This record gives sequence, C-alpha cells and structure tokens, in this order.
Amino acid sequence: MPVRVQEADFDVGAELAALRGGRSDIGAIAVFIGLVRDVNGDSSVQEMLLEHYPAMTHKALEDIVEQARRRWDIFDALVIHRVGRLKPSDQIVLVAVTSAHRGEAFAACEFIMDYLKTRAPFWKKEHTPEGSRWVEARTADEAAAARWERS
Amino acid sequence: MITVKVLYFARLREVLGRSEEQVELPNAATVDVLLDLLRARGDVWARELTERPFRVAVNQEMRDASAQVGAGDEVAIFPPVTGG
Repeated sequence: MPVRVQEADFDVGAELAALRGGRSDIGAIAVFIGLVRDVNGDSSVQEMLLEHYPAMTHKALEDIVEQARRRWDIFDALVIHRVGRLKPSDQIVLVAVTSAHRGEAFAACEFIMDYLKTRAPFWKKEHTPEGSRWVEARTADEAAAARWERS
Repeated sequence: MITVKVLYFARLREVLGRSEEQVELPNAATVDVLLDLLRARGDVWARELTERPFRVAVNQEMRDASAQVGAGDEVAIFPPVTGG
C-alpha cells in the first residue's frame, strides 16, 4: 500500500523491508523522515495536533505519488503521514522511494515531499507555553514546490 | 437553486465556528458565487475570505474560484496546508 494516513507511529526499518519486498533489482532507496521539533520561532512546542481532511487526504497523496511515477523511473514509493496528537521528537511523515539508481530516487522523494507540503490537506496546531496556535504556511514551501513546475 | 455541502477545516473551522453546512446557490454557480455569498454574511466571514489566504477544494480536488459547482458537490474551504 503506497499511501497511509494513521495515528500510530511507524517502524522505518519494517516499512523499508516491506517496500523492498525481497526484490534484488533495487539499487537505491531515498528516505525522508519528518520529525516534530520542540521549538518553532521563539516558542517551545510541547505538543502538536495534526488535523486533516479524511475524504481528500488519500486522493491528494496518491495523486502526488502518481505524478512522481510519471516523471521519474522509479520502482515504488511509500508515503505514511500521521495525524492526531504528537510530541516533540515524534515521527510525522515518511517518504521512501525505490529505484535502480540514486538520482531518480532522490529527486522523486524530494518532489513528493515538496508537493505534500503544499497540496495535501494537513494542518498543524502547536501547543506552546503561550497558548495554542495554528502553524502558518511558509512561502519557502510554495517556492520549493514551484521549482518542479519549471523543470 | 442547488444545494452544496460546505466544509471548513483547521483555523477557519474555529474562526467561523462551524465545520460544515448546506448552502443554497443558483444553478450553474461557481466557487466565486459561493464565496461572495459567504462574504455577504459580513464580519468575520468577509474578513477571512477577503484578507487572509485560503484554499478551496471541490469534491476533494484543489480548485480555483472559477470552478463550477453542481448540486450535491462537496466544497471545502481551508487555510493553506501545513503538513509534512
């Protein structure tokens, strides 16, 4: 299953083993793991709440993976995104891409993350000593996604 | 007239004080027609849908304001996304 949204944590080693599935023609696996930081700007973050739009989330992620498959010669891709309550140091997201060579795997992995950041319906709410606040979208994320439209 | 289901998420859900509602629109309406109708409620609606950035999805696909909406469509309005 290439796309999963879940509250539970994930085991990167087990997920990569399942993704490889015993294939011996895989020459590269590019992996990105997103983590909850305990600080954002001037505030310490005690907890994070990840909200999503369940009816749309799968569709959006599958569409992003499909676009990556069309652009690069990759074997497979896995995206796991967590929702619900998370603590600092928790894993939020895993993107793993297998291919014959590293170049395709790196590019596809970065593309999937850049598009996920700007096109998948997730929102973060941080709990800090000063109260709760919704995380604002960053223009740097839009710029990162826009690069792929030019190339 | 047609009826569409409108959903609100994250900060917008909190500020607007609701997660979903049914809204009546003229036939052959667009997202823009819906947004104008919501802005006409004034106060926080006008402010949020005029001064702050937001995104719209029609039937779970991101769309711009010119997109058509039909009877029974699900239109979601939410802040720019911040996952990952």
